[in-house]
Amino acid sequence: MTRMTMIEAVRSAMDVSMAKDDNVVVFGEDVGYFGGVFRSTQGLQAKYGRTRCFDTPISESGIVGTAIGMAAYGLKPCVEIQFADYMYPAYDQLTQEAARIRYRSNGDFTCPIVVRMPTGGGIFGGQTHSQSPEALFTHVCGLKVIVPSNPYDAKGLLIAAIEDPDPVMFLEPKRLYNGPFDGHHERPVTPWSKHDLGEVPDGHYTIPIGKAEVRREGSAVTVVAYGTMVHVALAAAEDAGIDAEVIDLRSLLPLDLDTIVKSVSKTGRCVVVHEATLTSGFGAEVAALVQEHCFYQLEAPVVRVAGWDTPYPHAQEWDYFPGPGRVGRALAEVMEA
Amino acid sequence: MVDSARLSLHVPEPAVRPGGQPDFSNVKIAKAGSVPRPEVDVASEDIRDLAYSIIRVLNRDGEAVGPWAGSLSDEELLTGLRNMMKLRAFDARMLMAQRQGKTSFYMQHLGEEAVSCAFRKALIKGDMNFPTYRQAGLLIADDYPMVEMMNQIYSNESDPLRGRQLPIMYSSKEHGFFTISGNLATQYVQAVGWAMASAIKNDSRIAAAWIGDGSTAESDFHSALVFASTYKAPVILNIVNNQWAISTFQGIARGGSGTFAARGLGFGIPALRVDGNDYLAVHAVARWAAERARRNLGPTLIEYVTYRVGAHSTSDDPSAYRPKTESEAWPLGDPVLRLKKHLIVKGAWSEERHVQAEAEIMDEVIEAQRQAEAHGTLHAGGRPSVRDIFEGVYAEMPPHIRRQRQKAGY
Repeated sequence: MTRMTMIEAVRSAMDVSMAKDDNVVVFGEDVGYFGGVFRSTQGLQAKYGRTRCFDTPISESGIVGTAIGMAAYGLKPCVEIQFADYMYPAYDQLTQEAARIRYRSNGDFTCPIVVRMPTGGGIFGGQTHSQSPEALFTHVCGLKVIVPSNPYDAKGLLIAAIEDPDPVMFLEPKRLYNGPFDGHHERPVTPWSKHDLGEVPDGHYTIPIGKAEVRREGSAVTVVAYGTMVHVALAAAEDAGIDAEVIDLRSLLPLDLDTIVKSVSKTGRCVVVHEATLTSGFGAEVAALVQEHCFYQLEAPVVRVAGWDTPYPHAQEWDYFPGPGRVGRALAEVMEA
Repeated sequence: MVDSARLSLHVPEPAVRPGGQPDFSNVKIAKAGSVPRPEVDVASEDIRDLAYSIIRVLNRDGEAVGPWAGSLSDEELLTGLRNMMKLRAFDARMLMAQRQGKTSFYMQHLGEEAVSCAFRKALIKGDMNFPTYRQAGLLIADDYPMVEMMNQIYSNESDPLRGRQLPIMYSSKEHGFFTISGNLATQYVQAVGWAMASAIKNDSRIAAAWIGDGSTAESDFHSALVFASTYKAPVILNIVNNQWAISTFQGIARGGSGTFAARGLGFGIPALRVDGNDYLAVHAVARWAAERARRNLGPTLIEYVTYRVGAHSTSDDPSAYRPKTESEAWPLGDPVLRLKKHLIVKGAWSEERHVQAEAEIMDEVIEAQRQAEAHGTLHAGGRPSVRDIFEGVYAEMPPHIRRQRQKAGY
């Protein structure tokens, strides 16, 4: 066990995977010699050589398109889109190619690729370095979508993603790269070295894709969150003094519906939290599923807490990013109903 | 003082529209045998002229002339002729089947048979094509069963793709034919990735990318060229310039000057233009490019200058945007007739044997059609199970799809 940042855990996952399987290749803008703008691939080129870890032209569609071709050949590409905000030129390749190759060829060709991307706000990245595009992927049949909330999960899920036979979108909340954000905007992140979830095994392990984790047990209300919002939800429950059960989805597609249904059936109340914009966000899917599966157990309408339906602002990001105050008000609302 | 004029937008137009006289005077055609054949390790800047000329082997008299001639034996040429005739007969029957309502859609190759049929013979087993919708000749020339192609077109119970794909969007890993996408140019860059993978693994197999003239306007075309150039990928970058992108003439994607082949020069990729209706020229150029790739010399870009005689698809009406007789005026002729003439001139073929071969091939196609239709057509007979809708989205079916399958009653 070593205490790691999430960046180190992500790097360790690629290191372990590259050592285990020489079909694993890592590439993207600045990931080779430099080791990535967040240093998540630092040292991999020196260790595995320039044909296993390399820099690419600034062409997201080219990165994902070549990865698809490599996967068809038999490699396992794990590529980086420098910021999730830049994945749009690759959207065609991801949604209409990678996602469907197995289906349309009836398994003749497959596409085991992983597309990593730093996502979300909270680092003063403005509208072009803060987006949370997960709902754009969860609407696509054939992709898998993962958002880890801590280094231990990030490593185990990324290794599982690399070993997965299907294309996986791996969204890394950049607010959590260096520490376990305590949910309060005005406070700096605490180093992962002071946090239990910073403990990460050095070697190979996996966390199954499609399994949620209950981060806090409670009986009064279920809070469904993922990524950075898990920490916000935990802080909100603590601050509000409400006996909330907090579920960390970890995997949005496939979704662990059983864990959600079991929890909401117990608590009778549900709040969904994400930092992506509200309208047609992933919270709408969770709310609909809770309504479909827990209608007779619900004591109050499901409430969503999300980013506002505007582009992500630079100077006012703490007013945009859902914090424990907003989540706390939602908790109070569902408790009063 | 600023010197300025009143600005106006230039929108290119083809020389002729319906009702006019076909005019191909803008197509500069090099004399057969006149374009040099460089060594395969030539630098792209030393063969810039080849991106602006047209490599041709067969002359008007049906003779094979010049430095690109001689890459094929008589036996191989006869096989090539037979493959092109088979593709043409297959097209005719499937076009008719679509008109009879046996399938929803079809796209024929009329006039372009030499491109895919001759190219396939420059590849070897294990190489991979990333084709568009008009390269079925890659399968025909590799002896992929026509019955399987028809099963796919009919989406019947024996469709290898279980009814999931539009007709003609075949897939065969075994025959080096990557699953076709309807989205244009996406697969051009995937081919480069496949070739890069082969190089990463120190393999000897190469890839071939395919695109039409209109689709070169897509950004993925340019992504593919930059990746192929940067990593010197063992890939052949094919552009089939058949003059028309549905109703849009090739000048819209290309602009007013240059050639599609010349697009490669800015990337330092050796680029050649070839007579796409000349089976011998297509094969010779493809083999040159394949040798470059196999010798780790990197990518080659080839523009095939040809003409789409038929409609874009069964949903298209070319008489609405081009003169009806334009295909007859196409100066590079018919690929089947040209190869036939060459073989007759050589004494390896005759009119009688050609007529006989046509009849034999049509019998073969009709027999394949009979067998395929025994498994059903789109609206009649056997069809894939509804259960097949839900299978294979992922390697393992996730719970939400399983719930939907059960809801559908399967």
